[in-house]
Amino acid sequence: MSQSGVLRPGHVCIRVMDMDEAKTHYTQRLGLLQTDEDDQGRVYLKGWDEQDWFSVVLREADQPGMDFMGFKVRDEATLEDLATKVEAFGCKVERIPAGELNHCGARVRFDSPTGHNFELYAEKDWKGNGLGLENPDSWAEGLLGMQVARYDHCLLYGDDLDGTVKLFREALGFDLTEQIMDGDLMIGAFLTCSNKAHDLAIVRHAEKGKFHHASFLLNSWEEVLRAADLISMHDISLDIGPTRHGITRGRTIYFFDPSGNRNEVFCGDYTWYPDHPTITWTADELGKAIFYHDRQLNENFLGVVT
Amino acid sequence: MSYQVLIEDTGEDYRCPPDRDLLRSMERLGRKGIPAGCRGGGCGVCKVHILSGSVTSKKMSRAHVSVEEEASGYVLACRTCPRSDVRLKVVGKMRKTVCRVVPAGRSAKSNEGKAGSVVESA
Repeated sequence: MSQSGVLRPGHVCIRVMDMDEAKTHYTQRLGLLQTDEDDQGRVYLKGWDEQDWFSVVLREADQPGMDFMGFKVRDEATLEDLATKVEAFGCKVERIPAGELNHCGARVRFDSPTGHNFELYAEKDWKGNGLGLENPDSWAEGLLGMQVARYDHCLLYGDDLDGTVKLFREALGFDLTEQIMDGDLMIGAFLTCSNKAHDLAIVRHAEKGKFHHASFLLNSWEEVLRAADLISMHDISLDIGPTRHGITRGRTIYFFDPSGNRNEVFCGDYTWYPDHPTITWTADELGKAIFYHDRQLNENFLGVVT
Repeated sequence: MSYQVLIEDTGEDYRCPPDRDLLRSMERLGRKGIPAGCRGGGCGVCKVHILSGSVTSKKMSRAHVSVEEEASGYVLACRTCPRSDVRLKVVGKMRKTVCRVVPAGRSAKSNEGKAGSVVESA
């Protein structure tokens, strides 16, 4: 595992239009646990098997979408080193003091060529997964809904895909696991800082700063099917699935939160190591790349973003 | 009880009860390939202009319906319920599919996208 600098996607801040509806969706349907609410009304959530205090922040606003995506880095020295690198790359860097988000240390926020705001941080309060650290049991009881284990990655849409891919590869040390190419033009990139098939995905799109989905991990295909049942039981807006992606091999289902932000729950990809070569999908096989079973493109999935 | 909703662009009409949103009832027309979008007021795909009739809307993304637009009858169909018979015009991205002429007995083919649709603007 190439865990020298950036450890993982540590949090995502999602804008919602109605906090009560959003809380119900993210806690009772996805099964995230609420761990705090701050004096600005922002709600903090985590998957049951996450160690840090939160991985999702909900903020009420008049339009949905993503405020920022944060990555946890190994330590303070790494934070400073990477801050220097993203600034040298040409990003606008903003320092956010510890405590601006409850339980979170100092953050380095930077913009990107695709118009998204990203953050790096080294410290976050430890919450634990409830199982303890000595002779722990294997899973938590009393979980709700889909019982997602943890936040996994985001897919973002923006214009200067090449620029953001360069930023993550060159300044932050990410690997390109898979790419979608239309001739010489890259139209989709799957990037990892770990040994997952993706920690961040980006698709070329005319507008800057768009949010396609935030994804949460399940442990089995059976759990993906159970999530599909819950989507019907609670009349949640379904996008597509259950199905498999050619890209990353993930088994997946997509749906929307009550403000129209897309969520994914998925299981299974493969183990990436940094000496692996990048996989290429060609535009003429894009249907199979995205939906391995249907092998058909889906306008809703490709075009609907917040 | 339900109200009549007339899609001005095509002359089609459908029934929509006051507790169901305009998009959901339109989806029940059964037209394959109506790209319904997020159904949560976030993506703007189902934006319509209410030409006549009375409606109520829940909160909609300001990225897609400005205060001025809302005042002049632009709404997202997924967040809007009828309070009377309604006449509307489709202005969002679903216009392309809703307004496609479908020969009787045939369904619209929805998956003709090419690679270019990935880069298409919302």
